[in-house]
Amino acid sequence: MYTAIGMGLAVIGVGLGIGMIGGRAAEAVARQPEATGDIRTTMIISAALIEGVGIIALILSFIS
Amino acid sequence: MPVSKQILYKVRFWSTSMCMAILFVLPMAVASAASGGDEITTKEEYIDGVLHHVQNSNEIHLVGDFSVPLPIIAYHAEDGFLLTMSSSFDHGHKAVDGYVLYHGRIHRVLGDFPKGTVEIDSFGHYHEGDYADKPYVDYGGKTYPLDAPGTFMESSSFYDFSITKNVATMFLAVILMFWLFGSVAKSMKRREGQAPKGVQSFMEPLVIFIRDDIAKPFIGDQHERYLPFIMSLFFFILILNLLGLVPFIGSANVTGNAGTTLALALFTFVIMIAVSKKDFWSHMLWMPGVPILVKIILAFIELISLIIKPVTLFIRLGANITAGHIAILAMVGLIFIFSGFGESLSGGVVGALISVPFTFAMNLLEIFVAVLQAFIFALLSAMYIGQAVEVSADH
Repeated sequence: MYTAIGMGLAVIGVGLGIGMIGGRAAEAVARQPEATGDIRTTMIISAALIEGVGIIALILSFIS
Repeated sequence: MPVSKQILYKVRFWSTSMCMAILFVLPMAVASAASGGDEITTKEEYIDGVLHHVQNSNEIHLVGDFSVPLPIIAYHAEDGFLLTMSSSFDHGHKAVDGYVLYHGRIHRVLGDFPKGTVEIDSFGHYHEGDYADKPYVDYGGKTYPLDAPGTFMESSSFYDFSITKNVATMFLAVILMFWLFGSVAKSMKRREGQAPKGVQSFMEPLVIFIRDDIAKPFIGDQHERYLPFIMSLFFFILILNLLGLVPFIGSANVTGNAGTTLALALFTFVIMIAVSKKDFWSHMLWMPGVPILVKIILAFIELISLIIKPVTLFIRLGANITAGHIAILAMVGLIFIFSGFGESLSGGVVGALISVPFTFAMNLLEIFVAVLQAFIFALLSAMYIGQAVEVSADH
């Protein structure tokens, strides 16, 4: 029960983070369409790193 | 009516009916795979079924009572080797030489259990005593406790070297890759200087994408040396991810298995350490151009990040794929919840009407995640190797 709440809290942070990345990436692409490829790669890398936090929270909630 | 239009209508009819068939068959296949052929009457049993689906097993369970037998190789210090096929366990109804098939895994029976093939009565769980919460097997009016399955995760008295569902699926992926890349390489040689054709025109953009968008920007000049490794990683993970989503072939959760992803991440880690240049270590342990106190703190942080790199690499892939499998099965579980676990048929129909589109959407999402995770694994591996081989300019 408490681990589920903890995981939910962690996922709020992860959601905010990935949402911000997606929003800013869309803005950046609108501003500079010729740099779309670089922006996409950077976006995916940072999204993957942030997602790692959520997944570690998921694993911890499974373990405990 | 012109002929071309007729063909178009035919194509549309067949593609629509095939989509409908997939839409309705898919959740059934997944549900049957999750239940493992047993009847589900409670929520706990369904959750058990889901958890057993995402784990490894010693047979490939397809539909109902039909499963593909796999070789069993178990080793015990005193009893020696056990070599047999999983079909000789008769879906868990028989014990062979003191081993039983319980929830798809081979377990050794503790205590004074008869050797040879014997018919067993039932399985259950101890509720109290020394073996509380451990499973038992009922034979001849007596109960015998079961040992943990032979994995490295749990302490067990025997080793399980069997060709399990995951290993068999990995072999399938390897055969697929040999066939795919063999034919692509052959047609590339034959059609040199011409436009690609057939499967070659599907694979070539992927290969070029990995070379130009993953290997070149992150590794730099030496990317040709590491390209085969990055490419193998990408296609191996991609094919295994996609095989896990195909119904009726066992839907093995190979890339969701911690052991598989740990091995893949260790490959990256070992290559990264093996090819690392002097600059990589000097920047990690004794960062030039900063005060001495900062040097010590930085060395500590960098050493931790060196270990965390492969750890996040293997947890990310494994957890993502496992979470996807569980999410699909949770959507299928709506049928069971709406029908009150077999209480009402009309509830089940309503549940199916809700569950089928959700499961379909989840499957589509998982196809995207399968490609994305393979891409991220290859990309981060390239990034880590690139950091290790980078020769930095003078400060």
